[in-house]
Amino acid sequence: MSKKMHIQMTVNGEEQEFLAEPRELLIHTLRERLNITGPHIGCETSHCGACTVTINGKSVKSCTMFVAQANGAEVTTIEGLGNPDSLHVLQEAFKEHHGLQCGFCTPGMITRASKLLEENPTPSEEEVRFGMAGNICRCTGYQNIVKSILAAAEELNSAKEAAQ
Amino acid sequence: MSVAKPLPHDAARLHVTGAARYVDDIPAPANTLHLAFGLSQIAAGRITAIDLDPVRKAPGVLRVWEASDLPSDCDCSPSAHDEPMLAGHTIRYLGQPIFLVAATSHLAARKAASLAKIDYQSRDAILTVDEAMDADSRFGEPRIWQKGDAGEAIDTAPHVLEGEITMGGQEHFYLEGQAAMALPQEDGDMLVHSSTQHPTEIQHKVAHALHLPMHAVRVETRRMGGGFGGKESQGNALAIACAVVASATGRPAKMRYDRDDDFMITGKRHDFRIEYRVGHDDDGKLHGVEFLQLARCGWAQDLSHPVADRAMLHSDNAYALDHVRIESHRLKTNTQSATAYRGFGGPQGMLGIERVMDHVAHALGKDPLDVRRANYYGDFAEDKAQSTPYGQPVTDFVLNDLTETLKARSDYTERREAIADWNAQNPVLKRGIALTPVKFGISFTLTHLNQAGALVHVYQDGSIAMNHGGTEMGQGLFQKVAQVAASEFGVDMDVVKITATDTAKVPNTSATAASSGSDLNGMAVKAACEAIRDRMAEHLARIHQDEPADVVFRDGEVHVGGNRLPFAEAAKACYEGRVSLSATGFYKTPKLSWDMIKGQGRPFFYFAYGASCSEVVIDTLTGEYRILRADILHDCGASLNPALDKGQIEGGYVQGAGWLTTEELVWDDHGRLRTHAPSTYKIPACSDRPEVFNVSLWDGRNREETIYRSKAVGEPPFMHGISVLMALSDAVSACGEAYPALDAPATPEAVLKAVRRVRGVL
Repeated sequence: MSKKMHIQMTVNGEEQEFLAEPRELLIHTLRERLNITGPHIGCETSHCGACTVTINGKSVKSCTMFVAQANGAEVTTIEGLGNPDSLHVLQEAFKEHHGLQCGFCTPGMITRASKLLEENPTPSEEEVRFGMAGNICRCTGYQNIVKSILAAAEELNSAKEAAQ
Repeated sequence: MSVAKPLPHDAARLHVTGAARYVDDIPAPANTLHLAFGLSQIAAGRITAIDLDPVRKAPGVLRVWEASDLPSDCDCSPSAHDEPMLAGHTIRYLGQPIFLVAATSHLAARKAASLAKIDYQSRDAILTVDEAMDADSRFGEPRIWQKGDAGEAIDTAPHVLEGEITMGGQEHFYLEGQAAMALPQEDGDMLVHSSTQHPTEIQHKVAHALHLPMHAVRVETRRMGGGFGGKESQGNALAIACAVVASATGRPAKMRYDRDDDFMITGKRHDFRIEYRVGHDDDGKLHGVEFLQLARCGWAQDLSHPVADRAMLHSDNAYALDHVRIESHRLKTNTQSATAYRGFGGPQGMLGIERVMDHVAHALGKDPLDVRRANYYGDFAEDKAQSTPYGQPVTDFVLNDLTETLKARSDYTERREAIADWNAQNPVLKRGIALTPVKFGISFTLTHLNQAGALVHVYQDGSIAMNHGGTEMGQGLFQKVAQVAASEFGVDMDVVKITATDTAKVPNTSATAASSGSDLNGMAVKAACEAIRDRMAEHLARIHQDEPADVVFRDGEVHVGGNRLPFAEAAKACYEGRVSLSATGFYKTPKLSWDMIKGQGRPFFYFAYGASCSEVVIDTLTGEYRILRADILHDCGASLNPALDKGQIEGGYVQGAGWLTTEELVWDDHGRLRTHAPSTYKIPACSDRPEVFNVSLWDGRNREETIYRSKAVGEPPFMHGISVLMALSDAVSACGEAYPALDAPATPEAVLKAVRRVRGVL
């Protein structure tokens, strides 16, 4: 049993401090220690993307990151984007454009999409498809996921234009 | 009316915020135990020595169970009572659970499970179809169904062809792995949360394992993170394990398979080899056809008989066959026990005849679509009877019109010509196109399963709670059925609450399978709603001096005796008038009669239809390929929810294409599955989907009296993936004279091999 380490991180805007084994996986920290269960455990080998979160502005698969690597980091999960009473533009788009079926991949999918639209606010369909290729969905055939992301991009851009 | 509206999934708001709970998200009590299985490392043989002390001494471990420690055999089989949860001394496949560990955390249990010291005496494992045939290792006698005299018809036909196609299995890869949690209750009762398509079976198997009556076990399933047939029977082991541990320790117990364990332990789609002999004329019209279907079933029977039956039942697909013989062997091998998977054998049987059509067209140098059309069933005509090889009249065939419509919409003819020109000018890249039909039979072939129950409550504030035996795995069943309930009461959707599937609310349910969810449960809910509505109408008519038949429920109001009461007020009035506002509903599918041994009768209430056209391009130097365009026209009858139905079609097509292209299961010579994670087992990604993807619904109503004249949609679109394999075959055939004889999955390696074979290089 390795020595516990003092960990400090900001998760969805809240300061968190705790002692953990350095090799505890971040997905377990989130789900079991902090009861943040939006990020899901799909494949545990960073292929499926169900556990995707944002760490210091980058999309990360939290099932293969040690909590020690996230020490001091700013972490955003799907819960940090919006909630059932106040949806983020992407969340609204996935709901309205049927970008989900079983919903298990959805939190990781939307979390990744939120970064994609920051990296590239006006993506082509092709860029969405390749930008989302690290997140697997077994149900939808992706058609409505791509549609949802493009719709959200348009919505965000017209809001931006209106603000200017 | 709420039906026919393209409303979002009922839990969409929860899904997009991460608030939708799956089994692993349910808060577990602090003293919950976490379980893991220790797995066999050989495919066949005996355990000669087993030392579990290192497991017991591992950190966090509370207790370890071997088969002999269990309260019963803890049978996990949905059919033949041949699946003990833990192997005794005899090992039947590599990955078979041998012992069970309960520990304080998931990780502690898994780590401990890897510490066992087990000595084995291996024997030669039976792994392949040929090994099983040679060893006569099988479940039951071969089943043979025939119509007419296929042998004579083939021998006297102008042309005779023979061939075979092998098609791989398929891992379900539901994004949420198998999971269950058991919570011990007072007096020995057990509450089980399970990610299952079949809560009643979980209840039944847990009750059997613990020697309890079924009323002592309650199973709840709010949702699954995907099922696809993989959670019809494969969740039994986890639920039983949790219940056994919870019963023995008095503590809650939870188990979820790590993804690799899920691959190694659970069953997959049956792989098949289909051999065929066919006699045809110059137009490609089939005179007779014989199929030999060899299905690899794995170590236990599970659902292999009905799966193999359904493969036989779909050997005709859309084609009128006068002389046909189908022989089916269900082979027992030392591999995971193959199980239900979307289509349930139908895709395999259908691929057999589609291969025949492709092969015949190639031999004649014809457009495969012309050969297909030459063999289609006719439109329904009173004076012209036509029936399937198993004697079911085909009265609802819509594929003649549907195919012509899709052919025109997809510019099939023009594109086929353009592709031929393009291929003539491009030596390295070759394109291919194919348009293939689907006719899929709807109903469980085990007739008694075609029943469903529902429970509906109207509360005195006018809110409605609805429950039925179907389970939600993403297909949108709950929303469709809620749309039925809202329509029956003429209220808004937000008035209707959909509650988790619960064996204490609706008993004796069938699995949510065979695409039957909406057909069965929609009708059961409708019956319950009608019972309550009739009681309300009768009471309200009495106090408002009106006729019950004239009371109308519409737009959130009840129209009675010239008055318009808000639904909530009407509910309150009925409550105060001592009217029962709760009802059960029941439905059983009519008109079914089926003799599975003879292969005669009417196993299906109706057929669902569709057609798809795929265009691909292959790189003849590497075998790599892309799907360039897909056009699908699919028949959902009068759709209950066109958005959800289109989602099923799009997802089904991509999953079907995955089965036939990149999803390859590889077992090594020792019976070890080598593709046991997404790193080696490739399911379609976002970047793999067709660049152009047009999906439309066929405008029509079900001829049979189904719920609002809709049609089942879960499985049928899966088989649109066949057009991708046929398009690949078309592209490969542009490389030379020989028939590509492309097997599935047509991985880039397989395509490259086929190209080289057709070019005469191999």
